[in-house]
Amino acid sequence: MTLTVTRRTRLSTAWLILLVPIVLLLIAAPWWAGRADLRLMGEIALYMSLAVLWNLLAGYAGLVSVGQQAYVGFGGYLFFALTMLAGLHPYAALPLVVLAGAVISAPVAVLIFRLRGAYFAIGTWVVAEVFRLSFAQISSLGGGSGTSLSPDIVRSLADGRDAREAVAWWLALGAAALVIGAVVWLLRSRQGVALTAIRDNELAARSLGIDIWRTKFTVYVVVSGLTALIGALIFLQKLRISPDAAFSANDWTAFVIFIVVIGGIGTLEGPILGTLVFFALRETLADLGTFYLIALGAVAIIIMLFAPRGLWGFLRDRWGLELFPLSRRVSGLAKKEA
Amino acid sequence: MDWLNALLQGTLLGGLYALFAAGLSLIFGVMRLVNIAHGDLIVLSAYIALSFGVSLGLNPLAALLLVVPTMALIGYALQRLILNRTMGEDILPPLLVTFGLSVILQNALLMGYSADPQNLQAGAIETASVNLGPLAVGVMPVMVFVTAIGVIAALQWMFYHTALGRAFRATSDRQDVAQLMGLNRAHVFGLAMALSLAVTALAGVFLGIRTAFDPAAGGARLIFGFEAVIIGGLGNLWGTLAGGVILGVAQTLGAKIDPGYQILAGHIVFLIILALRPRGLFPRIDG
Repeated sequence: MTLTVTRRTRLSTAWLILLVPIVLLLIAAPWWAGRADLRLMGEIALYMSLAVLWNLLAGYAGLVSVGQQAYVGFGGYLFFALTMLAGLHPYAALPLVVLAGAVISAPVAVLIFRLRGAYFAIGTWVVAEVFRLSFAQISSLGGGSGTSLSPDIVRSLADGRDAREAVAWWLALGAAALVIGAVVWLLRSRQGVALTAIRDNELAARSLGIDIWRTKFTVYVVVSGLTALIGALIFLQKLRISPDAAFSANDWTAFVIFIVVIGGIGTLEGPILGTLVFFALRETLADLGTFYLIALGAVAIIIMLFAPRGLWGFLRDRWGLELFPLSRRVSGLAKKEA
Repeated sequence: MDWLNALLQGTLLGGLYALFAAGLSLIFGVMRLVNIAHGDLIVLSAYIALSFGVSLGLNPLAALLLVVPTMALIGYALQRLILNRTMGEDILPPLLVTFGLSVILQNALLMGYSADPQNLQAGAIETASVNLGPLAVGVMPVMVFVTAIGVIAALQWMFYHTALGRAFRATSDRQDVAQLMGLNRAHVFGLAMALSLAVTALAGVFLGIRTAFDPAAGGARLIFGFEAVIIGGLGNLWGTLAGGVILGVAQTLGAKIDPGYQILAGHIVFLIILALRPRGLFPRIDG
């Protein structure tokens, strides 16, 4: 009788097999979806990425940020600057955006990691405000009123409007795949084990010799770089950027937090499920306008009070479901007892 | 002389920021709660004063007599009904619940009062000023500054010389032991939030008399209050006043250089102080 430790379950294997046709179908979307649907799907992919990234920060590393719009806006602006002012091809600019987002987040982290808990959260907001006010001073990027991406750069992506829409979709899909893949890889690595330990009990994690500061720092820098990439893609889709849109706390943080809270914080599946629920709600209730936001806030409060682990957390507690092979399970124990 | 004037105006503006901050500082001291909706509650107070002004024809300063108890009641109910359920070791629930509350408040105000900027008309006192040699000092800013000093002195006295203050300090030190000694923690927290929002009511009405406000104005107010708390040092109310003054002076001096730098200058001074003195200038307690 041997005990084996595995991360796979029958469900996760089935899910990974099922993922192959799903991804192929999504890649083929430009041939079966209309232009409006394609744009919506692109938006969903980008929001899903933001949600997965914020969840890694808040749900795993305990870094509750309400200022991730700093990196969304930074990524968007830097992408515009690199393509329009420095004349780089968009494909060359994107990796540089990731790198720059990571590099600028390092000194920010050193500074705001001095604040703890909720004060850390407001500190991140101050940083986002500093970014917004600073970019509003740059007159070559339109100052306070913003600027549009020049048509030459849009044309350099692909010939014809349909081809461009397809490219924008593939970039969004690719970014979502990159983000989810990177998070799965990180959580399965040594760092990920440390992170999960910190999530469950920071004091116990420290007593096991985990360098908490360094682990959190790594997560913050990686998340910031990838968030900047998503920001670049968001404004590549919108073709126009302004300080208020780029650094909007509502669009890039409030919605993302609601998505993660509703879906289930501290799980990888939560933000993915939450994004789908969020867009289903938005597409059906958006006509209600302001009231829709009030309802969203109320739903988030109710979930936090009565089911703080969200929709996925509820499913997971009930049936032990896990789609991605992340946590280790011991098999053989039950047989031994029998 | 212009610079001296900017320095003076900035100092007086700091009084308003200290009022934004005092409520935040109070609830953090008693229950380690940071209320993300604090700024929106400041704006809510201004709107309540506006409604009293329209319906009862009250001057905003007279309306304070109604706004302060209204906000205190809202605070007590909010704490007992919602926030007490989130208090515990995990900082995430209170943070996210107050964040949700902030979004709800902003949008409810948007529905009720539209996005048009409003302001509170306090009459002649708004523009009255006194000449101090070559400098003109507004009566209203001085009143706000004196009120801030009064509020902080009163809170300080309450903390160290009254039974309520003793209850606050006891709960702050050890919640479970305070409970054993017969204090009802839920009630003490409710009173702390009531007091915090009573101060917020003052801040909101003074804000509304000083400048135009709209439903989205809360975020910046939260940030200014927060910066004043951190600059002054956690848990030190007089430090918070100093923090407010430093922030106010930084902003008016920044605006003197270029109007676009006003808010930015305040943030940068805050970040510099965070870099040099991470616990603030006059810290009392650990975060």
